[in-house]
Amino acid sequence: MTAPGHVVVVGAGAAGLSAAETLRREGYAGRLTFVGDEQAEPYDRPPLSKQLLSGDWDAGRLALRPRAALRGLDARWLLGHRATALDTAARTLTLGGGAVLHWDGLVVATGVTPRTLPGAAELAGVHHLRTLDDALRLREHLRTAGSLVVVGAGFLGAETAAVAREAGLRVTLVDPSPHPMGGLLGPVPGERLARLHRAHGVRLLGGTRVRGLAGERGRVTGVECSTGETLPADAVLVAIGSRPATDWLTGSGLILGDGVECDAYCRAADRVVAAGDAASWLHPRHGRMRVEHRMNATEQGVAAARVLIGTGAPFAPVPYFWTDQYDVKVQVYGVPGPGAAFRVVEGDAAGDRFAALYGQGGVVTAALAWNMPRQARLLRQQVAAATPWREAAGAPATASP
Amino acid sequence: MRITVEQDRCVASGQCVLAAPELFDQRDEDGVVVLLRDEASPGQEESAREAARICPALAITVDER
Repeated sequence: MTAPGHVVVVGAGAAGLSAAETLRREGYAGRLTFVGDEQAEPYDRPPLSKQLLSGDWDAGRLALRPRAALRGLDARWLLGHRATALDTAARTLTLGGGAVLHWDGLVVATGVTPRTLPGAAELAGVHHLRTLDDALRLREHLRTAGSLVVVGAGFLGAETAAVAREAGLRVTLVDPSPHPMGGLLGPVPGERLARLHRAHGVRLLGGTRVRGLAGERGRVTGVECSTGETLPADAVLVAIGSRPATDWLTGSGLILGDGVECDAYCRAADRVVAAGDAASWLHPRHGRMRVEHRMNATEQGVAAARVLIGTGAPFAPVPYFWTDQYDVKVQVYGVPGPGAAFRVVEGDAAGDRFAALYGQGGVVTAALAWNMPRQARLLRQQVAAATPWREAAGAPATASP
Repeated sequence: MRITVEQDRCVASGQCVLAAPELFDQRDEDGVVVLLRDEASPGQEESAREAARICPALAITVDER
């Protein structure tokens, strides 16, 4: 499809933008259309639960590109439009208002939708955190609220708990896992995070399930736990994960599993690729996976776009993510995986800085750095190379990159 | 080509150093980007663009003039 045609990018976030920029940069001269369900021009999401929520940054700082750069893409922007149906045989895309777009290439980059709790939509004071509007609403509420209960201690939950605590709110963080992010990072970093939150005064309820929300006259008053305890709350953040925003693809012929199922090239069908949080693809090393992280949105956007113009290759990144909580930055390369071996290779896991490797199947599968950013990058090499686990070791702090 | 970095945006991912080690480094204490040179030579331009593209914090700008 190197001849001029029409590429439609569904989803105007980081993955969609990356795909579009790649198309233009690598010579695609045909028509280009963005369809995005939010009104906002492409913006960056990681700061939503960090600098934007804390008030350090205003919304303007989140723009993914200056407006001039967006104009330079020579694209048509259908923002505030939701895609509702896809026909891969007729190559059409239907929008909420009934408009139909014909395409020669399609990028699915619709991201994810937060999971919720029953009754959340009917109660004021219950928040989710996915969009800029969500974050601004939550920020506004945190200015006046005295207490916040965060349901779910993953990235968003743990980061929000930290921001709210630093703003002086009484914060309770509740999750069925024993430790924050424990399912993802394993018990040692999980316990360290738990200690961090407790040291900052968060009431941490690990191993605790939530039964539902309590409310009065349409406003939330608390969170009911399976233990029978009700946690009083002026504000509640429901951060119990998300699911791929792929409902609009039902009946399209695309395979929908945990996301849009693609091959190793991020191809979902002839002339259809997927990228970002909504894409499930066959990683040559790790098998089928879906990654909800910022770095992957950019990298997969590039990879998927190249497939559309005929220069694609199997997408085999070393996944990367980070989280900022209080004065701690945790960075992870690779896929830790449940049950992986864990070895601290620098510092002490009880201290303020350490780095560790994860191993599975006899090789290094992931690296974690706790306030040691240079080490994160240096240890990445062992993840990328699948270094034998018996040789896994710390990188010299003075090593050149 | 002129390169600028915004250190207060940087999230210390180190992606720029992976892409262009001759142009970028990280501070020891917090991993924040350090610009080694603000003019890229012709042979470094593509890796400078790549660093700007992949930076997850949008902290790097390259000016093609």
